[in-house]
Amino acid sequence: MKKVITGDHAVAIGAKLSRVEVVPAYPITPQTLIIEHIADFVNDGEMDAKFLTMESEHSVMSAAAAAEAAGARVFTATSSQGLAFMHEMVYATAPLRLPVVMANANRTLGGPPGIWCEYNDSMGVRDSGWLQAYVEDNQEALDMIILAYRIAEDRRVMLPIMPCLDGFVLTHTVEPVEIPEQHDVDSFLPPYEPDVILDPARPAMIGTFMPVEYIMELRRQTAGAVESAKKVIQEVNDEFATLFGRDYGGLIDTYQMDDAEAALVTMGTVTSTSRQVVDELRQEGKKVGLIKLRFFRPFPSEELKNALKDTAAVGVVDRSLSFIGGGQAFNEVRSALYGISIPIINHLAGLGGRDVTEMQIKKMFELTLSAPKGEKVKAVNWHNTRGETV
Amino acid sequence: MRIKDLPDDNLFTAGHTACPGCGVALSIRNAIRILGKDTSVYVPASCAVVFGSTYPYGAWKVPFFHTAFENTGACLTGMQAAFEKKGKKVISVGFAGDGGTYDIGLQSMSGAAERNDDVLYICVDNEAYMNTGIQRSGGTPFGAWTTTTPVGSKVQGNRTFKKNLGEIVAAHDIPYYATLSIGHPLDFIKKVEKAKNIKGFRFLHMFTPCVPGWKIDPAKTIAVTKLAVESGMWTLYEVENGEKKITYKPGKMKSVKDYLMMQGRFRHMSEEDIKTLQGWVCKKWNLHYKEKGAPEVCEIELPEEHHAVTEEHRELHGP
Repeated sequence: MKKVITGDHAVAIGAKLSRVEVVPAYPITPQTLIIEHIADFVNDGEMDAKFLTMESEHSVMSAAAAAEAAGARVFTATSSQGLAFMHEMVYATAPLRLPVVMANANRTLGGPPGIWCEYNDSMGVRDSGWLQAYVEDNQEALDMIILAYRIAEDRRVMLPIMPCLDGFVLTHTVEPVEIPEQHDVDSFLPPYEPDVILDPARPAMIGTFMPVEYIMELRRQTAGAVESAKKVIQEVNDEFATLFGRDYGGLIDTYQMDDAEAALVTMGTVTSTSRQVVDELRQEGKKVGLIKLRFFRPFPSEELKNALKDTAAVGVVDRSLSFIGGGQAFNEVRSALYGISIPIINHLAGLGGRDVTEMQIKKMFELTLSAPKGEKVKAVNWHNTRGETV
Repeated sequence: MRIKDLPDDNLFTAGHTACPGCGVALSIRNAIRILGKDTSVYVPASCAVVFGSTYPYGAWKVPFFHTAFENTGACLTGMQAAFEKKGKKVISVGFAGDGGTYDIGLQSMSGAAERNDDVLYICVDNEAYMNTGIQRSGGTPFGAWTTTTPVGSKVQGNRTFKKNLGEIVAAHDIPYYATLSIGHPLDFIKKVEKAKNIKGFRFLHMFTPCVPGWKIDPAKTIAVTKLAVESGMWTLYEVENGEKKITYKPGKMKSVKDYLMMQGRFRHMSEEDIKTLQGWVCKKWNLHYKEKGAPEVCEIELPEEHHAVTEEHRELHGP
């Protein structure tokens, strides 16, 4: 059944279809519609979950961690300042191997205050041990919630995961979305049955104080779990594609990459606009391609290397800034491609929610295409920005 | 339940690494004996995490969870929600210190209390941040030395009075709030048993001396606790569905000076400061124990200002 719904509504339906059991919630724009829809589902008897109206995001993630530790499948959602406020608890959940799923509506993290799309909120927790996925449209937003539980709760992973969707561009924009059937989701996603939980019948201690003799091994285990997620993501993606007919590619998705001379690496909704631009440029005879970075953690280094092996230049679009020159995706892609001597160019665009237009993306492709031809192109390019550029 | 009937399933085992005479360890051990094995425990950052759960050792034989400092209320809420969803009958109980309750954890506690979540919140109050090495909290009494209220040449000890947490908690209209002392075991048992069997948000406020933090003789934990109650520094009462009841009334009020002189943290106090604290205690004593129409039980002359400020303090901070 197709429904015309917002990204937030799609995420809420994804949580309902995943039969989540506990939902601690706290409002923050532009995520609020998600928890409002879930509250409606619960109060209308469509969803059998404990909906907890917490008094802050810190308490949301605390309750989420505790409920997950006690054996429940947990869902919540946040954004920006809310994610920053729960920062401590975000770091607490991953090493304790609590597979919470939390949608993050990407929003600029102030100051200065703003409510529109930027990735500087979720990028701040990229080293917390959480898995991170960035979706492109409302259909993927819904599907990603269901996929997220399969990935997070896999015995080889057991890590929390943060599906991220662009604030307002997706959260508050309606699109037609195919709603999966409950029985299909049930056959794809079994009930959550963890091995170690808080249970008086089999008492366990979770979150004990960790002396120096043990903590490094625990870090290594967490790192291993993030690495294992790569294989799991691919398996789960393929199984989902077979069952539901929608193939998202896995860690990355590629478009027109077979003979591409220049490629853009994009995340989130910029991908859709870029795909359009690729079609237009291809009609002009320009050999351009597109790589959609679906997962930022685990980071698909090998997949990128492989996809870009015959490309002459790559441009990386960032919707947030790391203050070492360029954005986070740029720096990670450059690191992944270490040893491959092609120009790697950063395009900073859409920070603070500014629109990223076809014209800007065309300019990004032009710059990227000209780099291997010996033309002088800056490593970091600010698009559609007043005043001095880097 | 009588003392000799108290079960001892060793749910908080010997071998934990708390100091000899630790009021927190004594309170936890005895509370968990009464609560029994169908209990799940949350402990926020505190000594209790270190002495009861330093990997690979653990003193808990009931489920134990720890993540952070300020979130006891929220973790209890989440834990209990999961148990309820799974249809399990488990008591979710938190043991948080005064810092974790009066200060950094107040919001999270208030949230759980206001929602009337079916959890048991226990505050083990040793009147300062002891785990970090004795710093002042909102629960630190007037005059007390801590490392952040040192005894200096200009200012001596803590200049503010212990926060009235009981009133704050009870103001949430919760089913049960009670103060407890390990020096009064019958009262202690009765209140833990009561809290165990009430539905909704229950709060047990335990007075728990800290040997290094209070600079007391480890053999005197119980004696200090008893004197706290006999002097009026700690009062034993409960608020059940809004009805306040004194559960133990001391005989003739003992001087606060007797209580102070047992503890190194107070030994520097000037006569004036002792008088100021005695005034605060008298007010509290009358509030709790004075019958309607009866004369003031304690007639100590109060200094002019309630927050009696020393000349040195005035010089430092202005009037």
